[in-house]
Amino acid sequence: MNTVKIFTEKKVDELIFLDINSTIESKDINYNFIKKIANECYVPFAVGGGINSLNQIRKILSLGAEKVVINSSIADNPNLITEASNFFGSQSVVVSIDISKNWFGKYSTYFACGSRKSKYNPSEFAKMVESLGAGEIMINCIHKDGKMDGYDVNLIKEVSSVVNIPVIASGGAGNYQDLDDILSNETVSAAAAGSLFVFHGKHRAVLVNYPE
Amino acid sequence: MITIIDYGMGNLNSISYKLERVGIKSLVTSDPLEIKKATKLILPGVGHFKEGMNKLSVLGLDQIIIDLVTKEKIPLLGICLGMQLLTSHSEEGDCNGLSLVKAVTKKFDLSKGKNLRVPHVGWNKVKFISDNILFNNIEQDHFYFTHSYYVESLDENNIITLTNYGLDFVSTICEKNIVATQFHPEKSHKTGFKIIENFVKNFD
Repeated sequence: MNTVKIFTEKKVDELIFLDINSTIESKDINYNFIKKIANECYVPFAVGGGINSLNQIRKILSLGAEKVVINSSIADNPNLITEASNFFGSQSVVVSIDISKNWFGKYSTYFACGSRKSKYNPSEFAKMVESLGAGEIMINCIHKDGKMDGYDVNLIKEVSSVVNIPVIASGGAGNYQDLDDILSNETVSAAAAGSLFVFHGKHRAVLVNYPE
Repeated sequence: MITIIDYGMGNLNSISYKLERVGIKSLVTSDPLEIKKATKLILPGVGHFKEGMNKLSVLGLDQIIIDLVTKEKIPLLGICLGMQLLTSHSEEGDCNGLSLVKAVTKKFDLSKGKNLRVPHVGWNKVKFISDNILFNNIEQDHFYFTHSYYVESLDENNIITLTNYGLDFVSTICEKNIVATQFHPEKSHKTGFKIIENFVKNFD
C-alpha cells in the first residue's frame, strides 16, 4: 500500500498490478488486495494475473479497478476478450502480449510468463487481439525487461502501426530519453516503466510487479 | 444521506471510502427504499450503456431516479457511464436513456482526426464554457477519461466543460440539480476527487 501512496503523491498517470504467479500457480485472484488498492488509489489502475473468467473480471471491476489485463487465457479462451469487451466495454480490457527476440533477431510471441509460444508473429497477434475486442494492447518486450537500456522502439512502432487501438510499451525504460523516444512516436499511446520509477508528463504508467 | 446508487456496474465502494476519509458519510445501495431517502445521489458507472439501463430497469431504479430528481429536486452527480445514462439515447446498444438532460450519447467516429484511437483512454483537458460550483478551488484542468462513446448536447446552456478528442464533446454537463462528468474525478488525483467533495458540500 505504501507503494500506491507514494505513486499517488507523485501524480502518476496510471498503475498496473500484475500477479505474475497467478497463472503458473493456478491461484485465484486476491480480491482483498484489489479492494485495498481501490481505496488508496486516486488514479486509474489495472489488474492482471491469471484472469480466465468473466466472473473474475466482473468482480475485479466492481471492486474499483478500471481495467483488467489478460494474457495467459488468450491461448485457451480467446473468446474471453470478446465477451469481456461486450459486457464491460472494450476500454476495460487490456491484452498483454509478451514478445521476445531470439539470437537471429526473430520476434516471437509468448504467453503465460514466457512459458508458452504462439504460432503468430507480434503484428499478427496484435491484429487478432484487436479483432477479438481488446481496448488496449500492452507490449512487453521480455528481452528488454529490467535491462534499462531502452525500449525496443522499432518493434513497438511496427506493432502499433498495424492496429487502431491504444498501445502501451513496456520493458526496457532506462531514463527519460527512453520515455521520450518511445512516446514521440505518434502511434504509441503510453509507456510503462517498472525498473525506472520516475514519471512526469502525460501518458505515463507504472508497472509494479508483485511476485508474491 | 449521500447515496451512491449500486446497479452492479462499477467502482462504488472506493468512492464511499474516499468520501469517508474526508469526513463525509455515504451509503452504497441498490435498495429502492434507501435510495428514496437520499439527500443527494451519485450515479457512477463503468461499462455498456444498454446493460446499465437494463440493470436500472430490473431494479426499478430508473423511475425512482427520475422521480427523485425531477419531482423532489434531489441533486444528482453522474460519473462516466452515469453521465451517459442521463441522456435521452445512446448509440451503444441503440438504447434510450433516462432523458434527464438534453443530450444524446454517440460513438467516437474513427475517421475524425488523424490517429484517433477508440476508446478515448487517458488524461485530457477540459475547457470551461460556464462556471459551476463543482469546480470551485479545483486547480487542475486535466482529468482521466475512459470511454468509447461521448455526450453531445442538444441545448448549449447545459455545457459546463468541453473536451477535445477529434471533436469537442461535453465533459461536464449541468441542468438545475443534475450535474455529471464524463471523466472520473475519483481517478484524477486527490485534487480531482475534490470535485465530488464540492458536489456533496456545495451543490444543490
